[in-house]
Amino acid sequence: MDKLFTPNIEDADGFYAELLAAHEGLSEAESHALNARLVLLLSNVVGDRAVLTRAFELAKQAG
Amino acid sequence: MVDVRYETAFTLYPYARSADQDAQSPVRHPVVIVGGGPVGMGMALELGLKDIPCVVLDDHDGVGVGSRAICFAKRTLEICDRMGAADPMVDLGVVWNVGRVFRDERQIYDFNLLPEEGHKRPAFINLQQPYFEKFLVERIRAAQAEGAPIEIRGKNRVLSVDSHDDHVVLEVDTPEGPYRMEADYMVACDGARSPVRTMLGHDFTGRVFEDNFLICDVKMTADFPTERWFWFDPPFNRGQSVLLHKQPDDIWRIDFQLGWNIDRKAVVQPEYYMPKVQAMLGEGVEFEPEWVSVYTFQCMSMDEYRHGRVFFAGDSAHQVSPFGARGCNGGIQDVDNLGWKLAAVIKGEAGERLLDTYQEERKHGADENILNSSRTTDFMTPKTEIAKLFRESVLDLVEHTDAMRPLVNSGRLSVPCVYDGSSLNGADDANLPQRTRVGATLVDAPTDRGWLIDRIGGRFQLFTVNSEFKPDGLELDLVDVIVAPDDLIAERYLGGAEQAVYLIRPDQVIAARWVNPTTADVSAALKTAMGG
Repeated sequence: MDKLFTPNIEDADGFYAELLAAHEGLSEAESHALNARLVLLLSNVVGDRAVLTRAFELAKQAG
Repeated sequence: MVDVRYETAFTLYPYARSADQDAQSPVRHPVVIVGGGPVGMGMALELGLKDIPCVVLDDHDGVGVGSRAICFAKRTLEICDRMGAADPMVDLGVVWNVGRVFRDERQIYDFNLLPEEGHKRPAFINLQQPYFEKFLVERIRAAQAEGAPIEIRGKNRVLSVDSHDDHVVLEVDTPEGPYRMEADYMVACDGARSPVRTMLGHDFTGRVFEDNFLICDVKMTADFPTERWFWFDPPFNRGQSVLLHKQPDDIWRIDFQLGWNIDRKAVVQPEYYMPKVQAMLGEGVEFEPEWVSVYTFQCMSMDEYRHGRVFFAGDSAHQVSPFGARGCNGGIQDVDNLGWKLAAVIKGEAGERLLDTYQEERKHGADENILNSSRTTDFMTPKTEIAKLFRESVLDLVEHTDAMRPLVNSGRLSVPCVYDGSSLNGADDANLPQRTRVGATLVDAPTDRGWLIDRIGGRFQLFTVNSEFKPDGLELDLVDVIVAPDDLIAERYLGGAEQAVYLIRPDQVIAARWVNPTTADVSAALKTAMGG
């Protein structure tokens, strides 16, 4: 299963609500910083360099 | 005087003088239901069919105009089925499976709900609320003819409610002046602005969402497919969303999100909405506006749905945003939950404590409905810059990868909550399927003698699958089926087990289950499910 193209988040609505709640009350700069820390942590969870490279490509392409 | 607050689509119960108005002292009724909307009428039907005398007081004499609630979920249809009211609803209702999501001018994805096989009723139908109410009243009329003790009093408006320890006193206005009546129990089904709730001084708290939506119901015979279309930021409603879906009679519901700072009077004028609808449907498509209304919404709830002898059901107890169709559907589940409990207590089969579990179970249901509908609303109306950034990022990505689809939230299908942890729950066996765990609603499936949902409900029953078990000396209806391992019943009720026994409540909720119980086990679970 290619997780870049297949839904894989358990309780997607709950996750999304928690993500927004984590940002609640933060300034724009603080939100940027939180997002950066999250990207770094989650990248470590992914681990696979090839997957991370493809994620960068997909995210850039979608913007 | 009884003021006319809204226009009616069908006059169904014109004012008629009741004997109570000429009585020397106030007449006492077992149950008085305030409000003749879908929840009030559903409550009356549920109680009347259980032979509990009830009176419905409605300040109008029929069903209000406007499609309003248009999405009736499978559970609602099953409950109506149990009351013998679902067939005309399903016959007339529109069933759709394909949805399309657009952003700007592009379709970003489509989906097919592909209903799970083995259910009598579809996942939901689209049907205008006036029809739903009319079918309930027609079913009440048929039940009355068969002796069900239901009375509907049109143009009867409650002026005051005086709540006592063991009864309620109501003062009721009519076109011929006021009268007093009493009730052992009262159920307030008088809507989100519940006058009864106000009279009794109860709070209604929650979140107000800063947004306006414009409903345009239009009649259109153009050859549009029976699908649900949802737009983010289309050219004909920049920066906002739009929803289109079909109702019976060639009526299409269009919901335009408008944002917060708008002129609410101006948007319901044809000069405003006609060009908008035309731009959306396309040049040359002919349509007639049928009903136009602007609304804001809020997610609110009372803390307690029971106050002594007074119960609150439907919107009077809890209000949700319309996205996800959890308002009317949630209200009908209140009826489902309260009906058998009230009947059991009035008949002396259960103690008063059973009635407290209405609050326990339905507050749980309302909280889940409010959570789901708030999340949808938060996706559609991001309330901060960062929320908007994430929403736009999800939409950016979803055009490139299916992985983000579950995050797009334009409404979640209304499904009944599971009463996990309810004090009425009995024994459970984790070896049996998770889906039919104790607290869940019966999952339909075909059996050798018709649909399961048609064979169970309205009383406590024991449902046995591939089991020889018979309760010794317990008055319990037995529904026993023998199935092959590849049967849907086996999948939904056995999992890997060889056999199973399920105790089902009158509202078709699973009260307890075992692989191999004793009569004492069943008896104990039955006692627990009746409030101990």
